[in-house]
Amino acid sequence: MIEMPVPDRKIIARRDDIAARLRRIVPAEQVIHAAEELKAYECDGLNAYRQPPMLVVLPDTTAQVAAVVTLCRAEGVPIIPRGSGTSLAGGSLPTADSVVLGLSRMKDVMEIDYENRTIRVQTGITNLAVTGAVQPDGFFYAPDPSSQLACAIGGNIAMNSGGAHCLKYGVTTNNLLGVTMVMADGEVVEFGGAHLDAGGYDFLSLICGSEGQLGICTEATLKILPSAEGARPMLFGFDTNEVAGEAVAAIIRAGLCPVALEFMDKPAITVSENFAKAGYPLDVEALLIVEVEGSDAEIDEQLTRIEAVVAPYAPSTVKRSGNDIESAKIWAGRKAAFGAIGQLADYICLDGCVPLSQLPDVLKQTAELAKKYDLRVANVFHAGDGNLHPLIMYEANDPDSSRKAEELGADLLRLCVEKDGCLTGEHGVGIEKRELMLTQFNERELRQQMAIKDVFDPSWMLNPAKVFPLSLSTPHVEDCRAA
Amino acid sequence: MTDAPDTEEGVARIVRDAMAAAAPLEIRGGGTRMGLGRPVQAARTLSLAALDSTVLYEPGELTLVAQAGMTLKAVEALLDSENQQLTFEPPDHRALLGTGGEPTLGGAISVAASGPRRLRMGAARDALLGMRYVNGQGETLRAGGRVMKNVTGYDVPKLLCGAYGTLGIVTEIGLKVMPKSEIVQTVAIAGLPDGKAIAALAAALAMPCDVSAAAHLPETVSRELGFAHSATLLRVEGFETQATYRIERLTEALAPFGPVERIDSDPWPAIRDAMMFAGDDRAVWRISMKATDAPLLVADLRERIGAEAFYDWGGGLVWLACEEGRDASEGAIRQTLAGFDGHATLMRASDAVRAAVSVFQPESAPVARLSSGLKNAFDPAGILNPGRMRA
Repeated sequence: MIEMPVPDRKIIARRDDIAARLRRIVPAEQVIHAAEELKAYECDGLNAYRQPPMLVVLPDTTAQVAAVVTLCRAEGVPIIPRGSGTSLAGGSLPTADSVVLGLSRMKDVMEIDYENRTIRVQTGITNLAVTGAVQPDGFFYAPDPSSQLACAIGGNIAMNSGGAHCLKYGVTTNNLLGVTMVMADGEVVEFGGAHLDAGGYDFLSLICGSEGQLGICTEATLKILPSAEGARPMLFGFDTNEVAGEAVAAIIRAGLCPVALEFMDKPAITVSENFAKAGYPLDVEALLIVEVEGSDAEIDEQLTRIEAVVAPYAPSTVKRSGNDIESAKIWAGRKAAFGAIGQLADYICLDGCVPLSQLPDVLKQTAELAKKYDLRVANVFHAGDGNLHPLIMYEANDPDSSRKAEELGADLLRLCVEKDGCLTGEHGVGIEKRELMLTQFNERELRQQMAIKDVFDPSWMLNPAKVFPLSLSTPHVEDCRAA
Repeated sequence: MTDAPDTEEGVARIVRDAMAAAAPLEIRGGGTRMGLGRPVQAARTLSLAALDSTVLYEPGELTLVAQAGMTLKAVEALLDSENQQLTFEPPDHRALLGTGGEPTLGGAISVAASGPRRLRMGAARDALLGMRYVNGQGETLRAGGRVMKNVTGYDVPKLLCGAYGTLGIVTEIGLKVMPKSEIVQTVAIAGLPDGKAIAALAAALAMPCDVSAAAHLPETVSRELGFAHSATLLRVEGFETQATYRIERLTEALAPFGPVERIDSDPWPAIRDAMMFAGDDRAVWRISMKATDAPLLVADLRERIGAEAFYDWGGGLVWLACEEGRDASEGAIRQTLAGFDGHATLMRASDAVRAAVSVFQPESAPVARLSSGLKNAFDPAGILNPGRMRA
């Protein structure tokens, strides 16, 4: 089980007073303190861990966020920033003595500038709403995490979120131009802007992916891109995971930049096909979905080249989408995979990343480890960049099954690190992988990172107890707060 | 005195000694970019030149890991053998700065050298997968890794990219690389004034044609590259039918601006390296700003200080030359830029001028506090390239 620090009773004792003072900053109904309403904030997408916060505050403006942060700092109250609460890593899990600062009311599009291809938004806006705002004019926002209907840009910035299409367009950090950030002392600071590459230290890169620990981003300037004329996928089936993995590397090496390159293994294929009836072959071990973009002629040319590159790997199924209906069908199974698995069992979705050349071996060892723990694991993932998402199926109501699932998860992430990969490709560390950080970094490396947090948040009030192992952060935080 | 250790531990030992002696170090790769930033006052130089090996190259993973002292020439030759290239098209600053030697990968990353392809494929920092570095306490550290996606901990590699060796000494770099395109074709519209040219580039960049570079050379500058009139340039890449189709679409869409002609020469290395400003004694600035604001700034500075300019990154990057004088017209440039949103960096001027002015955009008070806080967090004794970025 993942531990959280012992809440500070003295803070909790002042709860009513703090609530009253927060109500002087935002309208009364935007401070939540009834137990039944706090329950909605007790967890995020990592719902095995739950802890209602002391209070929730939902500001409308940057100035209100700044005032809330200033108040909390003066009162010594930890702040848990929260976008939409879709983190799969427990990035917005509260502590009992904390105020959750929710961005859900801050959803405005502030400016769209097509000539310079930028959009300025409040960070509570959902990822999909950003694309929605510019789509009628032929543009889109590239990072597309699968939670994009719900997840907030603020959370995307905190976790440096990716998505299926980042193979071509990059992840959040590659598409973020500027932020307005409320610092731990309540000061409002601008980083970057509606232009590329400011000189000086690259604060924007440091802020993106810092899991809400360096400040609270309230507004962001994002890059928008012209939408492709069209996109069509192609489906390949293979007899072994190894050969499918080799085909992935061959496609990448050939310079055939697909926009998406998704991999499904046998357990995932079976479950998805039974659920979505996408027409996937059931006699293969692995499926690849390769999608390319462009005009019809460009798409045809690229798919023909991809087919030729894959041919030597003797795919047993080759299906090329000829129109939108066929495209939707090919994607139907992939898109239904998580839901279909959710119907069968509870599951943990992992997020390791490995070099492409290690994929076959990692998949083989994943199956062996699953067998050892007597649990089922399905693999559905972004193969083009080696970003694995093993889904561990288990029984949440059975403590033994939960424990085993968590142990298997940790083993699989250790395996990724052993194979020269990393613990998390796009979900973030949060609380979930916090204690595993020492498998990837040594103590000196983590202390250097903690020293960065010290610069931004000297008393560790913003999203504490995340990212760094408690064995390192707890004594450090005590020292910092004492100072 | 110059040390050129051939191991990372050797680098660390020199740093620890320097820290104990409170003796600052000047960090050097190939020495070709020593004129960037502010002059460093240090009795000792630490050269990375002997750390010049390839650690790993996996073409099928688009991944290269190399030591910081590996020359860009060697890196590019290695990538070329697999028909691949760097994503960020790093400029070669030798002609502009009048320096010799061979540019290194570590140098390019440490000054965040990004060329025309930055527009489409990202900056130097966007290509970074990870690095090894030595901080100011002589600790050897790893940040990031070698995989394509990685959000494990803070993104320290990107912070060190563009930190001019003031936070740590980069010893090893992991990069995402890219395949070379089958067809690379530049097209041009002749004779447009700046404002119209930037509008034409914006129109092109609003189309899904994956334009990989977009520049405008006003007439005085374009002549240096042999054009008769101002040249508004777009680089299109792809497979053959793809590139042909994209050029057709662009030609059609840009018709209101003028005829779009294919050109045979490759102007991009000269644009990348600002060759049009090489070989004279003017000060040179690089200004990053909104493309649509750029012609307004340039018009103003032409009038006020007789500046000469050209535009890269669709207009979002202005290269500007002006009389050096005592302060490279810093006051006029920063004052004009203050009316817009952007950052100006002095790229070329004498040591005396660069020591006297803010080479980088002055920071707001809270950002300046963070900068000195970070410097202190990585290099508490202040021995790594002191003064290179700020006085």
